[in-house]
Amino acid sequence: MNAENIVELKGITKRFPGVLALDNVNFEVKKGSVHALIGENGAGKSTLMKILSGAYVEYEGNIVFCGKEIHFNNEKEALDSGIAIVPQEINPISELTIAENVYIGREPQKKLKGFIDKRKRLKDTQEFMDRLGLGYDANKKMADLSVAQKQMVEIIKAISRNAKLIIMDEPTSALTAAETEHLFYQINRLREDDISIIFISHKLDEVFTICDEATVLRDGQYIGSCPISETDVDTLISMMVGREVKDIFPKLSKPQGEEVLRVEHLESAGKFHDINFTLKKGEILGFAGLMGSGRSEIVRSIFGLDSITGGSIFLSGQEIAIGHPKDAIHQGIAMVTEDRAVYGFVGIRSIKDNIALPNCDRFAPYQWIRRKEVAAATDQICTKLKVKAENWDSYVGTLSGGNQQKVVLAKWLIRDIKVLILDEPTRGIDVGAKQEIYRLIADLAASGMAVILISSELPEVLSMSHRIKVLTNGSFVGDLDQNEATQDAVMKKIVEGRNVQ
Amino acid sequence: MKMKSMNISAIQIYRKYGIFLIFITLFIASALINKNFLKPQNLMNILKQISVVTIIACGETLLIVSGLIDLSAGLTCTLAGCLSAGVLVSTGNVFLAVTVGILVGMVVGWTNGFLITRYKIEAFIATLAMMNIVKGITQVYTGGTAINGVEKIRWLGQGYIGIIPVPVVLMLLCVVIVFVLMRYTKIGLYTYAIGGNENSVIASGVNVKRTKRLIFSISGAMVGIAGVLLMSRMMSGQPSVGEGYEFDAITAVIVGGTSFSGGVGTVTGTLIGSIIVGMINNILNLLNVSTQYQLIVKGVLIAGAVILDVKTKSGRVMVAPTHNTKKSSINES
Repeated sequence: MNAENIVELKGITKRFPGVLALDNVNFEVKKGSVHALIGENGAGKSTLMKILSGAYVEYEGNIVFCGKEIHFNNEKEALDSGIAIVPQEINPISELTIAENVYIGREPQKKLKGFIDKRKRLKDTQEFMDRLGLGYDANKKMADLSVAQKQMVEIIKAISRNAKLIIMDEPTSALTAAETEHLFYQINRLREDDISIIFISHKLDEVFTICDEATVLRDGQYIGSCPISETDVDTLISMMVGREVKDIFPKLSKPQGEEVLRVEHLESAGKFHDINFTLKKGEILGFAGLMGSGRSEIVRSIFGLDSITGGSIFLSGQEIAIGHPKDAIHQGIAMVTEDRAVYGFVGIRSIKDNIALPNCDRFAPYQWIRRKEVAAATDQICTKLKVKAENWDSYVGTLSGGNQQKVVLAKWLIRDIKVLILDEPTRGIDVGAKQEIYRLIADLAASGMAVILISSELPEVLSMSHRIKVLTNGSFVGDLDQNEATQDAVMKKIVEGRNVQ
Repeated sequence: MKMKSMNISAIQIYRKYGIFLIFITLFIASALINKNFLKPQNLMNILKQISVVTIIACGETLLIVSGLIDLSAGLTCTLAGCLSAGVLVSTGNVFLAVTVGILVGMVVGWTNGFLITRYKIEAFIATLAMMNIVKGITQVYTGGTAINGVEKIRWLGQGYIGIIPVPVVLMLLCVVIVFVLMRYTKIGLYTYAIGGNENSVIASGVNVKRTKRLIFSISGAMVGIAGVLLMSRMMSGQPSVGEGYEFDAITAVIVGGTSFSGGVGTVTGTLIGSIIVGMINNILNLLNVSTQYQLIVKGVLIAGAVILDVKTKSGRVMVAPTHNTKKSSINES
């Protein structure tokens, strides 16, 4: 064991029935460093972290933590030895306060055992929070906190347990740019306190901002590690994907002249107001703005998931009324929602059923489902989109994120769709699948479909849109053409827009 | 490792045929325990005895698969039977009596669906309220005494088609109807999908509220049929028989492998579940075990079925947990 390292994993192999999830993987993290663990979905990152944090007990290989060989029998043992995990999706008990959540399961007791020392609990939590410079009250309910704040509570929980190693699983996936910056500031402080961090992320720009070293896994195998200062984005991507990825974004073809969608003075009290835009055939219109700027809310109401309080929507010059997604779908407007597990698909039903679901007008005009037609259509579209599944009867919930998203797209693409709304179409999807989805979007636009694209990843909006609408606080504050759209230009518009308001 | 993989394939076999294996095992065990069990007369009796509850269970299967439930089914069955008896006594028209019985079930079912979809009440609460309302109406209508004079409808509950009792034929018919509905129609597709993930069904442009009312109406029709059948078997409209049938029906559904969390289950499972319960009651009767003990066995059976359900599911790859941090307000008319 190298004394510089806080943890060393050697020759870790983990088998699931029929699958070799990890194959002789090595992984080491230096004391007081931030170490990126990257790889596509299914590369084995989570499995490796579950072994390290005691969630998986059976594995081959050995782990040395703080100079001692360890083998945890459960997550509590790992926590007690100083390994804490901040999960991607935090599920605190909303009705309890911050202090109650931090000390849950190990409440400080009064001299009379069984009675909780609430004062001490509150004081200790507040101390930890002050140490991190968090300006809110430890007595606040979790329900009143933002996602970023909840995440900080999770980090406090880890520190309060004297964690020496904190695993952060895609911590920025739900954060705004400002919140991400704040998180990085905190990570830097933790690093100064000699706490080591394993940082799992899909966003390579973040890896380059905050991490000291990176380890890449692919298909359950250890590909390599290197200091961040000695590598670049392209190298890491080719390590992750196993081949060289050059232009991840395809070339867009010119939009055709005809106007398809026109929105006038669209308004929803408290969410957005006076939204005006037009969308041409074959055009991709990007919405750029921070999370909470109203971008999702606008498209949700165009699709009928939320209601509007004013304004009108015109499709090919005709005014249309949309009160329910079925009206939108009927008119030829489809939407791939931000949260695909909630609105996109039914996880415990087959690919075929999910594709039939919005298309019963075609597959079941008289109640009776034409199974053969469903099977044929599913086979055709899923083959075209390269959906990877055992067969078309597989549950959508068992597929990887990229394939789930392809099924969501597939169920719309077998319809005659004029306008396709894509809200975060590549969230949580690995690089390879991302590239395929970008190409698909470009092809759809080239064939005349009008597309609205929303993404938190600015490079995605910048490269995949003909025109960009910049949003702040629920209204448009600027227009940018593809050739003038840069990250700086968008941020400038956002800041200007704020100042005007 | 080898043990592990054997274990897993056992679970897979159970997932596929589980309830059927339990049924076979119990059947053989019962036949060995008591020689009277295998007599055709006895076997027919079991089926006849479970007919009313199984028909209610067919409706409950639809509801539970779509994430709903109907606690008012038992007492609605009673009301349908009594009103049907009343119509028969006053008009002497069997067809009219049967129609009224089924309609009563449908109306109560639709009303349940209306309360749930219009006012966003939990199905559990809405149908609990309805249970009391229906019980009250039955008491008011009958004055608490049985309605006699329904000999004309005797054939339905006590007749035979060939060697098979009419109630058994009716029961199988209901099972087939629900089977076809769930497997081959749009309603069936929607039922499973709503139970699996309601939001995504709305976002697929399906009128979920109307679908739920429809499912409740179909289930209600089943309850109505069960009510008329019950009345015919009792040879009177009995205001105090039928209470608690909904729980027997739900038991059959759960034992039959339908998941209480929705999205998973079949009506053939429900039929087998119901037969298993009927068989256990029957063998305990043959062994002269008192009804008090039978209740205990039934309770253990439900717990066992649910434990199996949880155990076999835990190995399955589940959908990524959905975070409900932001309350989704869905605008559906």
